[in-house]
Amino acid sequence: MSVLPTPGAGAPRPPRSPERPADDPRVALLTTQLKKVRYRADALIDVLHAVQDIYGYLSPDVLTTVADALELPPSRVQGVATFYHLFSFEPRGDHICTVCTGTACFVKGADALLEGVTDTFGVPKGGTKEDRSLSLLEARCIGSCGLAPAALVDGVIVAKATPERLVEALRTALATAPAAADAAEATDADGGAA
Amino acid sequence: MSNHEVDLFDIAHKEREEQSAFRRTVLCCGSTACLSGGAQAAMDAIQGVVTEKGMAQDVRVVATGCMGLCSRGPLVKVRTRGEEDVLYADVDAGTGRRIAEEHLGAGKPVEEAQLSLQHPFFARQVRVVLENMGEIDPNRIEDYIAHGGYRALRDAVTTMTPAGVVGVVQRSGLRGRGGGGYPAGSKWALLAKATSDQKSIIANGDEGDPGAYMDRTVMEDDPHRVLEGMAIAAFATGAVKGYIYVRAEYPVAVRRLEQAIRQAKRHKLLGKNIFGGEFSFDVEIRIGAGAFVCGEETALMASIMGQRGTPVLRPPYPTERGLWGHPSMINNVETLANVPTILRRGADWFADIGTETSRGTKVFALAGKLQNTGLIEVPMGITLREIIEEIGGGVPGGKTFKAAQTGGPSGGCIPVKHIDTPMDYDSLMALGSIMGSGGLIVMDDDVAMPEVARFFMRFCMDESCGKCLPCRAGTNEMHELLEALIGGRGTAATLVRLETLCDVVRTNSLCGLGQTAPNPVLSTLHYFRSEYEALLVPEGAHLAGLPGAHGAPGAPGAPGAAGASGQAAGERSA
Repeated sequence: MSVLPTPGAGAPRPPRSPERPADDPRVALLTTQLKKVRYRADALIDVLHAVQDIYGYLSPDVLTTVADALELPPSRVQGVATFYHLFSFEPRGDHICTVCTGTACFVKGADALLEGVTDTFGVPKGGTKEDRSLSLLEARCIGSCGLAPAALVDGVIVAKATPERLVEALRTALATAPAAADAAEATDADGGAA
Repeated sequence: MSNHEVDLFDIAHKEREEQSAFRRTVLCCGSTACLSGGAQAAMDAIQGVVTEKGMAQDVRVVATGCMGLCSRGPLVKVRTRGEEDVLYADVDAGTGRRIAEEHLGAGKPVEEAQLSLQHPFFARQVRVVLENMGEIDPNRIEDYIAHGGYRALRDAVTTMTPAGVVGVVQRSGLRGRGGGGYPAGSKWALLAKATSDQKSIIANGDEGDPGAYMDRTVMEDDPHRVLEGMAIAAFATGAVKGYIYVRAEYPVAVRRLEQAIRQAKRHKLLGKNIFGGEFSFDVEIRIGAGAFVCGEETALMASIMGQRGTPVLRPPYPTERGLWGHPSMINNVETLANVPTILRRGADWFADIGTETSRGTKVFALAGKLQNTGLIEVPMGITLREIIEEIGGGVPGGKTFKAAQTGGPSGGCIPVKHIDTPMDYDSLMALGSIMGSGGLIVMDDDVAMPEVARFFMRFCMDESCGKCLPCRAGTNEMHELLEALIGGRGTAATLVRLETLCDVVRTNSLCGLGQTAPNPVLSTLHYFRSEYEALLVPEGAHLAGLPGAHGAPGAPGAPGAAGASGQAAGERSA
């Protein structure tokens, strides 16, 4: 427990104690990801991203599984996971509204957008509504400063947003089925020419 | 060796032949900004008409990278053999259909949707890093090669010595584009000197400054340029491994880079024995997870190694002890993106652009209260006035320019009285700001400066990694003092305390985050002191009705009122 393994030295090996029933398809997805990084300890952040994609958040159980698989002390996994902002330790809502609070958006009224959403839907800033229908997150900067103020509704940009337009976009989203986990992909136009 | 040369030449030749078989090319901006404005629908409409009317033999429709003028997107450019390019702005599906029918079909440009390419937004720019933007399809390596891509790498590897390449970069005067402005050539020379067979190059794409998106655009829209720059750097310094550290907030950049790496490997432009010689180099992508401090070199390396991104004291510098103890070099994405063009066109050509101490160009993300916002590349030394009034088209809505913020949370505000300052590393430093990575946010009279300072301080407080006390506690305390001031609970003593603390944090923090965190406060205090003073209340009055000592949460603060008073003070000082 006290010895930090040297990164890059991990030989391919299965997780020591799979905590989850083998028929949970998510376990297979995680195992695939672990194999892809060859159980290397220095790939911890990549693995945590994968866990969040697969499970939606980082639960204590899965973090233990990851620690076991990468042969890392659980404290190290916990330490890294809590250091970075993007990792969530609670399940998120079915729909996610991310308001950019970068400088350009700040100058152009990101606060009004946040207020509009909290007031209309009763969801706390940075939190999730009790019925888990909606999470309201703040992003540092989504790099769309030319479109300020900007927000994302399930990964799709609402450009030059006003509180009214954002609320309307959210109403539309809430009226539809829960967003796919990788809704962000929808904003890409890659033809996949590779 | 010659086989490989022919190979590259063949690809370029074949691609150019194919492209020139079409009489017209429709370049549609497919970057994030234009896509969110409906570029896909516009492109589909154009493509639809082209197919419908049987023009497919004659017209090629391509989705390109960012054309720059994001505020007027979606942008579409029509290029016809033997004619001047025609640019269209604000193109929706309807306009797209008209462009296809009237311009492509009947040869009559749609005048009312046109935007002149002589528009100062375009005419004042000099494009080095962005030379391929809006010209090539970022998904295709062939298009990059046809535009001269990988030629610089080939020439370096097959005709130059590593020391020769370092020499070119040194002579060009290229300085780090991530903010610090350290001479790139000197850094390369340091890594070249280090003895190890495990050296690595790291491209810093952790563009954390809010308000900056230059690196994102380069990675998304010209990914091969980054790879080529890295490979040249590796050849020059003897590195065998490259890492690109990208923010997780940029999923498109990650996918485009992954795709570019696969393509480059397939064409043997990365991997073993590049161009048939001894030189081998591989690139891997590492994705961040939301931590501003990871833009700092040592924190970034910790993150690449899968650890908490906390910085460590330098020296030793990464070029002595970097990733896993081996010498490493970190260059910003934009710095590396300059390299292929510098090698292709020569150090002297590059050094002729810009000023004596700041050579070349700088890409800025122009945002905030301006008529034209977007991505621009200008020669160093251009004045702030030229950027704001000519390229940016001035402040809209009858408001007046108040200040421009550069350098993000590490930078400062440049007030209207310094609007004729040339934009170069040293002039900005002299004004108490920094070049930074290139975010340029324009503010008008509506923006209260103490609130800007509070905005950045909150950012630094949240992003402080917590390792060293001056930064961890200092940013927290400074934020609280700013809260007190803006909430009408600050006295003259609060202001003194804030200034003292700025000095303590600046001089005692471990890394750049803490050392520069006071800059937004110091610069707004320097230029807009009256706005702070207008917020002060007499000694004693700040305690009235409060249950505890200073800064108690839930105190009767009225941000709206504070904003208004700040604004009034701004008018006085203007």
